[in-house]
Amino acid sequence: MSTQAEHGHGDHGSHASVKFYWMIGGILAALTALEVAAYYMELGAIEVPLLLILSAAKFVLVVGFFMHLKFDSRVFTGVFVAGLVLAVFMVSALILLYHWVPGFTSVAAGSA
Amino acid sequence: MAEAAAVAHDDHHYTSTGLNSWKVGFWTFIGSECLFFGTLLSTYMVYKGAALQGPYPGDVFDIPLTTISTFVLLMSSLAMVLALDGVQRGNKRLALFWLGVVIVFGSIFLGFQYYEFTHFVHEGLTLQQSVFGSTFFVLTGFHGAHVTVGVIWMISLFVMGLRDKLPPEKALSVEIAGLYWHFVDIVWIVIFVLVYLIP
Repeated sequence: MSTQAEHGHGDHGSHASVKFYWMIGGILAALTALEVAAYYMELGAIEVPLLLILSAAKFVLVVGFFMHLKFDSRVFTGVFVAGLVLAVFMVSALILLYHWVPGFTSVAAGSA
Repeated sequence: MAEAAAVAHDDHHYTSTGLNSWKVGFWTFIGSECLFFGTLLSTYMVYKGAALQGPYPGDVFDIPLTTISTFVLLMSSLAMVLALDGVQRGNKRLALFWLGVVIVFGSIFLGFQYYEFTHFVHEGLTLQQSVFGSTFFVLTGFHGAHVTVGVIWMISLFVMGLRDKLPPEKALSVEIAGLYWHFVDIVWIVIFVLVYLIP
C-alpha cells in the first residue's frame, strides 16, 4: 500500500496516484456487490455480522484514502474519531437498552 | 504592515500546531455531524420493528434500486477525489470533467431518492403514518438535504473552475468540499446497511 501511496507531509497535497484511487473505487464497488449478495443469500446468523464488517471496510477505505486521513496529520484523525466513537457508543447503547434489556421499553414509557 | 498584508492574503491559515485552520475546523464539523446522524440513526434503530401499522420496510424497500443509487454515490466519491487530483495538478479540463461527474452523480442519487419518497407516499407510507415512516423519512431526508447542499457546493466550484478561479493554490477549497462529499458518502454506507439490508 505504501509503495503506491506517496506519503503526505503535514496536511498538504496529493496523496496517492490516480490508479490507486481507481483501485479503491473498484474495491468499494466489489464490497457493495458482496453486501447485496449476502442480503439475497440469507446467510442466517452470520448475515448481520458479515454486513457490518463489509460496511465497516467500505467506511475505512473512504475515510482513510478518499478523505486522506491515512496520510494526513493524526490530529484530524483524533478530531474525527472522537465524534465517531461518541456516536457509535450512543447508537449501540440505545439499541442495547431498547432491544436487549428486558422491560426497558415499558420503564422508559412509564417515566415519560 | 507588509507582513500583515501578506498574512491577510494568505489562503493557507495555519494554526500554532502547523495545521491548516480550515481543515481543523472542518474535521471538527464532520466529527459533530457524526453525532447528528448518530441521533437520527439511533431513533430509527430504537423504533425498528415497532410500527403498529403498515406499510412495513419489507413492503416498500426496493433493494435493487437502492443498490444502484448507492453505487452511484460511491462512484461520485471516486470522481470527487479525481477532481481534487486534477485541481492539484493544475489540469483544468480534468478537474472540470470530474467535478461535472460529481454533480451529475449527486443529482442522479437525489433523483432516485425523490422517486423512492414519492413511491413510498403512493404506497401509503408518510411521515405521520407510523413510527417507521417518521424515523425513515427524517433520517434519509436529512441525508438527502446534505447531498443537495453538496451538489450546490460542487456547482459553485464548477463555475469557479470555468472562470479560471481554481488554480492549484486553491486546491484546499476543493479538498474541503471533497471532505464534505465523502462524509455524505460514508453516512450513506452506514444507512444502506443498517436501514435497508439488515432485516
